[in-house]
Amino acid sequence: MIRWLLLLLGGALLGGIVHLATIIIMPRTATQDAYSRLSPIAPVNTVTVLPEATPDTAPLPYMDPAFASAVCRYDLSQGSLKLTVPVSLAYTSVSFYTRTGVAYYAINDRAAGRRVIELELMTADQRSQLPEDEEITAADRLIVESPTLTGLIAIRALAPEPGLMPMAQNTIAAAKCTQQNDNKPSR
Amino acid sequence: MRLLLGTLFALAVAALVGLGATYFALTRGAAFGSLTIGTWTAWPKTGTVEADPYARATIARTGQLPVALGDGVSFTAQTDDNGKILDGRCDVLVSGITPAARFWTMTLYNVDGQLAANSVNRYGFTSQEIVRHADGSFEIAVGPRANSGNWLPTGGVERYSLVLRFYDTAVGVSTKAGREVPMPAVATRSCR
Repeated sequence: MIRWLLLLLGGALLGGIVHLATIIIMPRTATQDAYSRLSPIAPVNTVTVLPEATPDTAPLPYMDPAFASAVCRYDLSQGSLKLTVPVSLAYTSVSFYTRTGVAYYAINDRAAGRRVIELELMTADQRSQLPEDEEITAADRLIVESPTLTGLIAIRALAPEPGLMPMAQNTIAAAKCTQQNDNKPSR
Repeated sequence: MRLLLGTLFALAVAALVGLGATYFALTRGAAFGSLTIGTWTAWPKTGTVEADPYARATIARTGQLPVALGDGVSFTAQTDDNGKILDGRCDVLVSGITPAARFWTMTLYNVDGQLAANSVNRYGFTSQEIVRHADGSFEIAVGPRANSGNWLPTGGVERYSLVLRFYDTAVGVSTKAGREVPMPAVATRSCR
């Protein structure tokens, strides 16, 4: 009897380890995460406007249907990226996600304080290789460091009323995500 | 023989406990650092690099892109204020006011995170299009049948969740539940 109780206890303890291990490896083994779902429709390093969020066409779960959205699926292995997003009338935001969908940076139109949100995305290595001598100061350039080589940039524009959706779609369709040559500043 | 049986038994218990706990944690949306106000729960840290392993596993499993903290914060309600699970065949009233934000949206999702199909193609409301009372409060009638005022159709789905997202808001990691963050009440009126 005691023998079986001990086995039960040992099994439960081992179960705790199994539980923690599965939770931790889940992001690395998931085949249906946002990046994988978007890979077939979003080419690398270009902005792709996502279909409107409706029951039939939403490419991801839990999308906000009041927003027009676009993604740039990025790969920084060939150099850094430059992102320009025009600001719409209501609310525009740009969010950065790692390969596994963890958000590491976001900025909205008000925080950017301009009519166009301009950002450069690079890895820590690429940033450290930037020449420091130039007069382009940090205030001019907004540099975002990506913790991973690949990931997603989500560009969202709010349509406060359904009738304004085409306008929001047009705004994000004008967003650009372009690869920059390695070790060469853009100006 | 006894040793083999014992080992198999212990391993079976381990698999059951371990995988069962993982399944429950991921389907119930467990993560640390939750902010609960009324029936609404948010995990502000899920939208940051400080997201804990449970939040990361949930993100990977569902395939969603969480609202990043610099963008906004997202509150979810699975039940009404009395703890009754939200049922798409019942009439539910969401009423009150919201914390300060530049914009907010309220959206209805089924258990898989998809929008609920309905005849009027209405999946949610934004703070701009909602009809309000003179004092700024609002009422949203969530139910299967057409309703006057702000009607959010459920499409008759059995279970659903309501997601209230605040954009460009001060509500976040440092927010404490209390008077400065008023959230709307959720009440089930009648079921047929």
